[in-house]
Amino acid sequence: MFAYIARRALQSVLVMASVAFVAFALFQYMGDPINQMVAQDASAAEREALRRVLGLDRPFYVQFLVFLKNIATGNFGFSFRVGSPVAQIIAERLPATLELVFVAAMFALFIGVPAGVYTGLHRHGAMSRFMLTISLIGVSLPTFLIGILLILIFAVLLGWLPSFGRGQTVQLGFWSTGFLTTSGLKALILPSITLGLFQTTLIMRLVRSEMLEVLRTDYIKFARARGLTNRAINFGHALKNTLVPVITIAGLQIGGLIAFAIITETVFQWPGMGFLFITAIQFVDVPVMSSYLVLVALFFVIINLIVDLLYFAVDPRLRVERSVSAH
Amino acid sequence: MAALLEVEHLRIEFPTRRGTLVAVDDVSFSIDEGEVLGVVGESGAGKSLTGTAIIGLLEPPGRVAAGEIRLMGRRIDDLPYEEIRKIRGKQIGAVFQDPLTSLNPLYSVGRQLIETIQTHTDLSPTQARTRALELLQEVGIPAAERRVDHYPHQFSGGMRQRVVIALALCVNPKLVIADEPTTALDVSIQAQIIALLKRLCRDHGTAIMLITHDMGVIAETADRVAVMYAGRIAEIGPVRSVIKEAKHPYSHGLMGSIPKINDTKERLDQIEGSMPRLTEIPPGCAFNPRCPHVFERCRVERPELLDAGATRASCWLYAHG
Repeated sequence: MFAYIARRALQSVLVMASVAFVAFALFQYMGDPINQMVAQDASAAEREALRRVLGLDRPFYVQFLVFLKNIATGNFGFSFRVGSPVAQIIAERLPATLELVFVAAMFALFIGVPAGVYTGLHRHGAMSRFMLTISLIGVSLPTFLIGILLILIFAVLLGWLPSFGRGQTVQLGFWSTGFLTTSGLKALILPSITLGLFQTTLIMRLVRSEMLEVLRTDYIKFARARGLTNRAINFGHALKNTLVPVITIAGLQIGGLIAFAIITETVFQWPGMGFLFITAIQFVDVPVMSSYLVLVALFFVIINLIVDLLYFAVDPRLRVERSVSAH
Repeated sequence: MAALLEVEHLRIEFPTRRGTLVAVDDVSFSIDEGEVLGVVGESGAGKSLTGTAIIGLLEPPGRVAAGEIRLMGRRIDDLPYEEIRKIRGKQIGAVFQDPLTSLNPLYSVGRQLIETIQTHTDLSPTQARTRALELLQEVGIPAAERRVDHYPHQFSGGMRQRVVIALALCVNPKLVIADEPTTALDVSIQAQIIALLKRLCRDHGTAIMLITHDMGVIAETADRVAVMYAGRIAEIGPVRSVIKEAKHPYSHGLMGSIPKINDTKERLDQIEGSMPRLTEIPPGCAFNPRCPHVFERCRVERPELLDAGATRASCWLYAHG
């Protein structure tokens, strides 16, 4: 078990190093950031001077090693555009994204899983068919369109919810939260629905098909023959057996939520990391972009590690034990 | 002895797009307390469906279309779901064919036992656990105290079937429906499992409906045997009589196809043809196209179960007068 965790942790480090390399290498070919930073009429000497100050005149591999050393020590460099440390900029933006992703993920899980169980159990019911039809919208409509439609209906026509921004936030140490004010909570609703809708429908459809599969198995039939209550069978025996694939997909999708937040944050002018990233791209702000990519990869790696550990919690067959099998 | 289970004129239908399939037709039998009734027949003869119908677990669209099932005089085939659920496990236990897939892989065997015990009794968790331990010992699981917390994948097939039997018997049901309980097991384990099932049921006075296509198992275990063919009972009677002097031409042929140890025959006897599909059951006696003794009446009129010496057979050969 510990050997397994150690092995996974080592793999994670390797993954992170490769991502860092790709992130760094990509942005070597994204255009010259100096052009964005100096005045139009700056002389060649002025450009060279700035290039030297920023370390951009050094060979590629040296720049990469410096980058690696820096991120390993938590130093993400300085934003070319704003001039302040990237770590600080990201720390300001991170809570907004994580809160949005958290609410969207909770939305996806707490709507998606029960809806999947329901549609799996009442396969031919009118309500199930209705939910499946609705879920097609979630699967097929692009995020930005859903966002714009929601803004049109709930912000413009009905005027119930704000169309942009985080509302009022409360500062808790370095963390600025929108959970503690009414306007902050109201501002969360539309973006998190927009962000989580695809995942909700995906999880619902996955849980449904897994439930249909599991309900056909012999152990469910045997559980019925033992006279267990429907509740115990559906939620104890059946749902738990659907969890391994659901955890896998849910884990990947939560990573996806962080990445997809770029679109949602742009639509809702949400002051999070995705929005920061888009702005950074416009200004070829390489340190911000590469730090963002590394951070997103880190989230993916952490989530995957958690997913792998959850497998062990759910499925006893995976636990590495000397199984005592006797005839 | 009073009849524990009575099945009368049971008919099971599957509505399909191309019409209704009658999978079990006019099946009647009874099981007394503590009795072992063997049910034999080919695949698709309706043995398992009859067993499934008794515990109310027919998969839709299959349904009991006619007839009655009574347990201790109480009709159970038309009970609401909650009522029949309370009977399942508590009064009628079940053992299915494949022990490898009958247990939920994610829960320890102890948990599955405790859960079943607590569903049907008022025992506290500690008492239920003690009971679970006793049961595991009773079905012959070595080191039960340790094994109770193990998961199904840590048990071999034979051991798992022992656990399944413990689960089926955990609250002392009156009747156990054992649907091919040994088919999926090694031959060497089969006899042990059958002996175990028989011993436990004798000790607790539990009746068994033993569904199998293994005549050897029936001969060793059953008190009476019902031979099913194409959804109907061909012959029913004491096990000795059916094996030694089967009256119905089908059961006679079936017994003839069992190899005997002192036999010098090169080839086993076999019944020509095969059982008809549910869509193609002929009028009259379902067996008439394959029957060596077929005569005119068999092709038009369907025989009821008739007295045929020691057994009852649904065959016109035994129509007197």
